[in-house]
Formats: sequence, C-alpha cells, structure tokens
Amino acid sequence: MALTVLLLCAGAWLATSVVALAAARRSTATSLVYALALVVGAVALGAALDALIYSSDSIRAAVLPIGLPWLGAHFRLDALSALFLVVVNLGGLTASLYGLGYGRHEQAPGRVLPFFPAFLAGMNLVVLADDAFTFLLTWEFMSLASWALVMAHHRQPGNAKAGYIYLLMASFGTLALLLAFGLLAGPAGGYAFDAIRDSEPAAGMSAAVLALALIGAGSKSGLVPLHVWLPLAHPAAPSHVSALMSGVMTKVAVYGFVRIVFDLLGPPEWWWGAVVLTLGGISAVLGVLYALMQHDLKRLLAYHTVENIGIIFIGLGLALAFRANDMQVGAALALTAALFHVFNHSLFKSLLFYGAGAVLGATGERDMERLGGLIHRMPLTAIAFLAGSTAISALPPFNGFVSEWLTFQAVLLSPHFPQWVLKFIVPAVGAMLALSAALAAGCFVKAFGATFLGRARTAAAQRARETDALSLAAMFLLVLLCLAAGILPGYFMDALAPVSQQLFDARLQPQHLHAWLTIVPVLESRSSYNGLLLFVMIAGAAWLAAWVIHRGASHALRRAPAWDCGFPDANPATQYTAGSFAQPIRRVFGSVVFRAREHVYMPPPGQMQPARMHVHMRDLAWDTLYAPLDVLVGFAADRFNRVQWWTIRAYLSLVFGSVVVLLLVLAIWN
Amino acid sequence: MDHLALDVAHFLAGGLVLVSFMLLYQDRMFGLLNIFALHALVVSLSVAWQAHIQLAPYLYITAAIALVVKAIIIPVALHHIVLRLGIHRTIETVVGIGQTMLAGIGLVALSIMVMLPITAEAGTLTREDLAFSLSVILLGLLMMISRRNAVSQVIGFMSIENGLILAATAAKGMPLVVEISVAFSIIVALTVVGIFLFRIRERFDTMDVHALERFRGGQP
Repeated sequence: MALTVLLLCAGAWLATSVVALAAARRSTATSLVYALALVVGAVALGAALDALIYSSDSIRAAVLPIGLPWLGAHFRLDALSALFLVVVNLGGLTASLYGLGYGRHEQAPGRVLPFFPAFLAGMNLVVLADDAFTFLLTWEFMSLASWALVMAHHRQPGNAKAGYIYLLMASFGTLALLLAFGLLAGPAGGYAFDAIRDSEPAAGMSAAVLALALIGAGSKSGLVPLHVWLPLAHPAAPSHVSALMSGVMTKVAVYGFVRIVFDLLGPPEWWWGAVVLTLGGISAVLGVLYALMQHDLKRLLAYHTVENIGIIFIGLGLALAFRANDMQVGAALALTAALFHVFNHSLFKSLLFYGAGAVLGATGERDMERLGGLIHRMPLTAIAFLAGSTAISALPPFNGFVSEWLTFQAVLLSPHFPQWVLKFIVPAVGAMLALSAALAAGCFVKAFGATFLGRARTAAAQRARETDALSLAAMFLLVLLCLAAGILPGYFMDALAPVSQQLFDARLQPQHLHAWLTIVPVLESRSSYNGLLLFVMIAGAAWLAAWVIHRGASHALRRAPAWDCGFPDANPATQYTAGSFAQPIRRVFGSVVFRAREHVYMPPPGQMQPARMHVHMRDLAWDTLYAPLDVLVGFAADRFNRVQWWTIRAYLSLVFGSVVVLLLVLAIWN
Repeated sequence: MDHLALDVAHFLAGGLVLVSFMLLYQDRMFGLLNIFALHALVVSLSVAWQAHIQLAPYLYITAAIALVVKAIIIPVALHHIVLRLGIHRTIETVVGIGQTMLAGIGLVALSIMVMLPITAEAGTLTREDLAFSLSVILLGLLMMISRRNAVSQVIGFMSIENGLILAATAAKGMPLVVEISVAFSIIVALTVVGIFLFRIRERFDTMDVHALERFRGGQP
C-alpha cells in the first residue's frame, strides 16, 4: 500500500514537471507547481512515516514492466528506504513550502519549475529502487535534474563552470557505481538486489566493491577528496534547491553507500571500518576548515555539508568495524548515531540554506563581509538562523548535539576492539570529530555574527526587509523539528531501531521506556542524556538571567553616547569582520592545510594609498589530485588524437592485434 | 557418428585452412581469384557434408548459396573487374612471404589453443570445426592487413565470411534466414566494392590503397 502510494507520488511529481513545462510562462505557475509539489510531498511523507513507524517489519516489493525487458523495474520499501524516504520527503515538503514564497522572486521560473518536482521524484525513486538498473537510471535522473537546477542561473559568472564540474563528478561517480554493481551481479548478471543479496561475493571482489561504492557515493555526498564540486554547485542553485542538494541529495548518496555496503555486500571485514571512518574523520576536519576560510554564506554552508557527511561516515565506519567484530550493541549504536545524524543534518542544513536564501533575497548579497546588522531588519530569520547554527554546532538542547554525542558514545566503545589498528585509529578519529565540532561552533559564531550582528556594512544590508511568511513558516517548522529531535531524542532513536534491526539483526534498547525521556545508549552506568532536563535548565537559567537583568538593570538603563576611542562616527567597515574572526584559526591550520601565505603591502611614507594585506590560499585537493589529472587527461587526449589520422590498414592492424592479444590472454588464462 | 563422417568433415575443414594459406602467398591476380573460388568451393562442400551428417536439409541451401554466389558469381565478377581495370598482369609485392606464413602458423596454433579448452563439453566435430574456422577468420584478417592491393583486401574480407559460415554450420547455430541475408549483403558489398575500385582507379591511376593515404586532408 505505502509503496504504491509512493510510486504514485513519484508519478505525480513527474506529471507536475510536465504541467510546469506547459505553464511556465503563466504568472500563476510558480504557486501552482510548488503547491502541487507540496501536496504530493505531504502524501509521500505520510506514506514513508507509516512504513517506518507502524509497519516497519513488513517488506513491500513491486515489479513494474518497464526498463530492461528481462529485468523489469523492481521497487522495494523496507525500513532503511522508509527512513531515507522520510528524510527526502521532509526536505521536499519544506523546500516546496519555502519555494512558494521564495520562488516569487525567481528571475527565470521556466528554468527551475520543471526540474524541481522531477528532482524530488528522482530522489524518491533512487531510494525505492530494488535492482541495479533502476537504481543507476534513477540516480542519473536525479543527478541530471539537479544539474539543470544548478544551471538555472547559468549566465552568472562561475555557474557554468560549477555545472560542468558537477556533471563530470556525477558521471564519474555513476561510472564507479556501475562497476560496483557489475561486480556485485557477477558473471551470471543477477541485477535484482534480491539476487545480489543471495550470491556469495568473492574475497578480493568485496574490497573492490567497497572502494567503488566509496568513490561513487562519496563523490555524490562530498567525501574528501571528491568534494570539489559541492561548494561550487550547491550555492549556484536557487536557495531551496541548494537546501535540497545539500541537505537531502547527499543523504541519498549516503543511502546508496549503506545499501551497497551494509545490505548487498555481505559480512564486512574489520579494516573496511578503519578505511571508512578515517575518510570520514578527514572529511569532517577539512570540511570545517574550508568552511572557516569561506566568507560566502552559501558556500560556507556547502563546506559544512562536507563536514557533516564526514561525521556520518565516521558513524558508518564504526558500525562496520563493530559489525565485523560481532559487537552487536556497538554496531547498532554507531549505525543509529549515523542515521540520526543523517536525519538531523537534513533538518538544520535545509534550515540554514533557507535562512541564507532569505538573506540573499532581501539583500542580494552572499558575501558576509558586505552584510551585518540584519538582526534588526530580519529578526525572525535571525532567530531561525541562530537555531540552525546552534544545531549544526552540536550545542544542546538542539538535535545536532544528540547525534554527535551518540557518535562519541560509539567511539568510547573502541577499547573493546580486538584489533590494535582500530584501538589506535578510533580515538584519533574521535579527537578529529571533537575538533571539527568545536571548529564548527567557531565557524557559526563567525557566520551568524558577521551576517546578523553589528552594523550594516553596505546599503543593501541596511535596506533589507523581513522575508515572506511562507518562507518563515518553512524555517520555523524546521526549527521546531530540530528542537523536538533534540529534546525528545528517545522517540526518534526508537524510530530508527527497525533499520538496525533489518541490517544488523540488533537494535538499541527501547528508549521511550526510560523515565523522564532520558536516553541510555548502552548502559545506565556508562552514560545517559536527558534533553528535556537540559532544555528546562537552559530555559530556566536564561529566564532567570533575563529577569535579574530586567529587574536589576533595565529601569536603571541610561542611554548615552558610547565611548568611541576618540574616533567619532566610526565607519561600519571598522567592525570586526568575518576575515578577522577566522584569522587566528587560519594562522594555526591554514599555513599547513591551505598553504596560506599573507602578504602585507605598506605604502611608502608620504603616499596616501591604504596599506593592504592579501592572503593567498591553495586548495590541496585541486593541486595534488585534480590538476595533475587534468594535465594527464590533456596529454592522453593529444596522444590519442593521432589515432584519428591512421590509415585503414593501421586500423585493421589494430583490430587484428587486439583480437590476437585477447585470444592470447584467453589461451593463457585457461 | 561414425569415424568416416568425422574424418571427411575434418578433411574439408582442414582443407579450408590450407586454402587460406594458399591465399596468403598468392601474388598474381587471377591466381588469387582462382584460389578464392577454390576456397568457396571447399566451404560449400564442407557445409554440404555437414548437412548430410547432421541430417539438416536446410544446410544444403546454405551450401548452394555459397557455391553459386561465392565460388562462381563473385570470382567471375572480380575477374571481369580486374580485366576491365587492366591490372591482370600486375604482380603484387607480398611483403615477406616467410614471415607471413610463420605468423599464419602461429595464428592457427593460437586458435586451437583457445578453442579446444573452452569447448570441452561440445562434440568433437564442433570443437575441431570451431578451431579451424577461427583460424580461417584470423588468416583472412592477416591477409587484409598484409596486402596493399584493394582487390586482395576484398578477397581477404570474403574469406573471413567463409570462416564464419564454417563456424555457424558446425555450431548448428545459424538459422537459414541469417545465412541468406549474409549472402545477400555479400553481394551488395561486392557491388559497392566494384564501384569503389573503379573510382579509385579513375582518380589515382593505381589499385594500391597506399595512394589514398596521401590524399587525406586535415592531418595535423
């Protein structure tokens, strides 16, 4: 039933795309398309929630007679796909709601409207797919739809390049997944996931599939060093699409990884976990360091996606390591932490992108150094953005804290690993996780402070107006969900239990049974967390402080000119900037990680020019990986170009030679 | 299957490989055409024998097509073309007969090494015939790349097709309709090739395809 509803929803989105194509020039098209997407999204969310919470033990499957004639299109709804469908459709729902308001300012609605519902349909179908062919087809469909949305404003400088790099990385990732499925299907070519589950993978093949899945899903989700397209492409799209790409599509990639490695590939080896969680740790730290150096608001958020994907992969790596050692409690804990972070990140990352979109819509600026003081002009957006910042910085009582805390609980189980490598690596990755959480908090102090506090740095920021009610509704819906997941994490963790039950045959103890909504991941004596208590304490302390200040000081408040250090009428440009905030961290990490070099230009005495300081930073991923690759591809293309000018006999000789070589290989092989 | 049937089939398939070798070193135009006619004759005999021992009457049709089209029509047509072009007296300089023959022997050894292990389950007849037909195909390819005269390349191409027919009849795989359409396409190819040959001759005053290479534009 739920599966049928979801497939119909996907069909309805596709139909909405067609409607959007037909009606794109009408003035009512924007409202119509987003309203349709919203309604369909609500239905799909309901179906997914029903499948996850009320009937998670039953697995529904369907085969549609489309696609390859001997295969058909297999679809399946189990606990894992239900969870990711909730994430996808919650994101789609809020994005449609936000789009209802935000989309009115769209310059070229004809370039956005047809692809938005198609993108939603694509993401839903990827999660539902139950054979390799359907999976890859819908995966590519999702990529292409999002590419079209990235290219919506293709005349803006940089966007065309972003789209090109995205297309390259997406094709590369799909190629890796194609090879992975080819290996999984084996020589018999059983491309249905059921057939893959039943087959026994060869020893060396599993490692190859793991590597290919890491490349394929990692390039989509932004795992370092495959993250380069993400900070270019995500900000280029309209803001609600940025939110979908950053908050939701990266999760679909995580789903692909979980589906291949946890479900299809069979029992893991312990070193898989080490590889995955090391990559996760590196992504977490590098992502947040990149973000700290970034003063473009949306690009900063995109780099934070890299960080959070890193955190998710740390959890997944830990789950693999625990699973390989038959430590069921640890495996369930790490998987729950990772999946909970998937859910949480989709909430607060969407929220933050909506906030950034509201700022962009009100001021036309993404550069934090040209914003400032927006809390006076856009108080509600500021509150929502602050809540999102708190959540992503992993501060209680919001949801980001809970999932990162759970990941730490899994890290703390590492002394029980039998392998020394894991005993050493896991605490080191835990330290990286802690570092990235702290740096993320610093980064959002910078982002919120530079954007919303202080005084307006430009006239555009001065004239900003509060955004529309529908956008605000979408944001505050997410704020409430962030708060709910932070205060009542037990219920959310219980909803995740069927997934670990399905994948590992193990689950955490039911959390809603504990008194006072406490969550106890492993044992009462080890650790527990009570979001409600913390929330009450924070609220109480804040209220108390406010009351004391109000009673004790407010009526004694005296307004007087502030002491201005002897410089009357200070220019807003003299404020503390985002660049100055990030400078200490840049000096500590940047000189190594980014090869940051500062050049100070002092004008000679008597000259009136200002002194200037330039910072040059290099992206090591570009310099060490992509630039050499680019040179190599160019070189190879030049060489192979000559093949085009061969004679007919030379071509024939090539065919003959390759036939003989292949036959020789065959003869020696046997 | 009695031994005689097997032996005759082997004799014919082996004969085909032998005729392929003869094609490799034949440097006179008419000699080449005659040997190609012999090649097609052996193929049609081989197919007819297969039809006899497999009790598959439709293979007789295949044999008849091979006989009429490839042993008679094509050689006669090419004969005509060669006469019209006035190249019947040219002696083609075949590069290194010794090396070519050695390479050919290597190819035959290779195809036997490849085919015999992988077709272990198949019947003796099929195994041997597949090995021989792969040899014929490889020898035809070798001929195509070792010759520079366009007519010899056409003959090499047609001998590859003969090898394919041998493989298909031995494997009991090719339906009649496919065989008929292949034969038809060979005739079409002959027509195209004939026109092509006259055009080359008209333009470049030679049948050496090497001459074409100097006339291609845009080379970097």
